[in-house]
Amino acid sequence: MLKLLGEYLILLSEIFKRPDKGPVFRRQLLVEFVGLGVDSIGIVAIISVFTGAIVALQTAYNIDSPLIPLTMVGFTTRQMMILEFSPTIISLILAGKVGSRIASEIGTMRVTEQIDALRVMGVNPANYLILPKITASMLFNPVLIIFSIVVGLWGGWIACLVSGLVTSADFIAGLRSWFEPFTVVYAMIKTLVFAFIIASVSGYLGYNVDGGSVEVGKASTRAVVVSSILIIFFDLILTQLLLV
Amino acid sequence: MITVQNINKSFGTYHVLKNVSTEFEKGKTNLIIGQSGSGKTVLMKCCIGLLDIDKGEINFDDRPFSALAEKRKKDIRKEMGVLFQGGALFDSLSVEQNVMFPLNMFTTMTPEEKLDRVNFCLKRVNLENVNQLFPSEISGGMMKRVAIARAISNSPSYLFCDEPNSGLDPKTAEVIDQLISEITEEYNITTVINTHDMNSVLQIGQKISFLYKGELWWEGNKNTILDTDNRELNEFVFSTELTRRLRK
Ligand SMILES: Nc1ncnc2c1ncn2[C@@H]1O[C@H](COP(=O)(O)OP(=O)(O)OP(=O)(O)O)[C@@H](O)[C@H]1O
Ligand SMILES: [Mg+2]
Repeated sequence: MLKLLGEYLILLSEIFKRPDKGPVFRRQLLVEFVGLGVDSIGIVAIISVFTGAIVALQTAYNIDSPLIPLTMVGFTTRQMMILEFSPTIISLILAGKVGSRIASEIGTMRVTEQIDALRVMGVNPANYLILPKITASMLFNPVLIIFSIVVGLWGGWIACLVSGLVTSADFIAGLRSWFEPFTVVYAMIKTLVFAFIIASVSGYLGYNVDGGSVEVGKASTRAVVVSSILIIFFDLILTQLLLV
Repeated sequence: MITVQNINKSFGTYHVLKNVSTEFEKGKTNLIIGQSGSGKTVLMKCCIGLLDIDKGEINFDDRPFSALAEKRKKDIRKEMGVLFQGGALFDSLSVEQNVMFPLNMFTTMTPEEKLDRVNFCLKRVNLENVNQLFPSEISGGMMKRVAIARAISNSPSYLFCDEPNSGLDPKTAEVIDQLISEITEEYNITTVINTHDMNSVLQIGQKISFLYKGELWWEGNKNTILDTDNRELNEFVFSTELTRRLRK
């Protein structure tokens, strides 16, 4: 365990060196923006819109006391999306989608000696391969999460309209009430930490694959499991630190 | 010329290379032969600096290499071309980008100069009109040739080839061998080739080093290898029906 942590930290120190060639780094970054970010927009949209709708409907069904105003539905949906659903659940989904992709891509490069080839050609492979992935994730995931929040709220609004449980005016009034900008900051901090975890842990597991295609498969599964567990763990810690 | 002096390499308690000393000569094809597991790949990776050696010294034309820190190794690596056992082409890059990669990393050529050089190298290995294809779209023999083109694109002084013709049909294997030996002579390169293919040995073995269980057992060339009385070497050389017939 300690040995793994040490290896991980050593790899990080390799990753965070200045790239040898600026233009090469920028080109890799662009590739990763597409591969890790843009390609995830679809799944984020679908999951967010449905969850927003479901949260809104569940809240509406559960309010049966006339003392609780229906504006609570908009309020609750917003809080749920910003505080937990978008930053955490979407990050977990990205851990599955992006984490396995990173680990298997880098792992395959390891077992087919492409990483050795990079070293021979004077490249620091950890820096060349993993830094653009970490950077792209940390820049693009916040965009994805904001997008998820917006789409989720829109889904909630549509659900209320279609079901007729809450009026549009009530829902929007709820959305606007007791808004604390800090909740968004909290969501963004979580997103950044989770993005770093996903990209660096998956990169580490792929980079240290030893063997053949079976090990690449194992590394890719482990990347998802380990980063998911770390996400939930850091969710607890960050919530404790930032909100309580 | 590359000199290897008394190098030792262990993995844990497993002693793979035992006091290996040899020289790889300039302008010649230097073959390292030996059974599977005898340590050929490990020896080559030590020479390139992908594995750290436990003891000994490796010098490239009298410049110490093995003792340098990873960062300083870059200066000598600029002059190396390496053909890995499986080709190791970058599969996210096209053939053209693969061959251009060392030029991007090591030179300040303009894009036009680089493209010229890439096309020249591809032509040299008899490949044309494949620039925009990806490694997954070409055959195994073509991949080997693209990998050779990449290895020679930055005009190396040292060329390392790990089993350049394993997994190829005899005809293609011969073409690859010929290509490597021509390039070696043409550009006066110090070429090191790992192989266990007796055809290559007899064809391009200008200098041959035989590794046996991690020790350097015998050295010679393609003419002396057939009439040695070294028992382990004979077992290796005459292990196939084809070579046994050759002896008669
Ligand atoms: N990274 C490593 N860790 C532990 N043992 C290793 C490692 N690399 C190689 N070995 C061991 O060193 C020995 C020599 O391996 P090497 O790859 O050099 O053989 P080889 O002569 O190239 O064989 P082949 O012809 O099959 O390629 C083998 O027994 C192998 O198990
Ligand atoms: Mg080998």
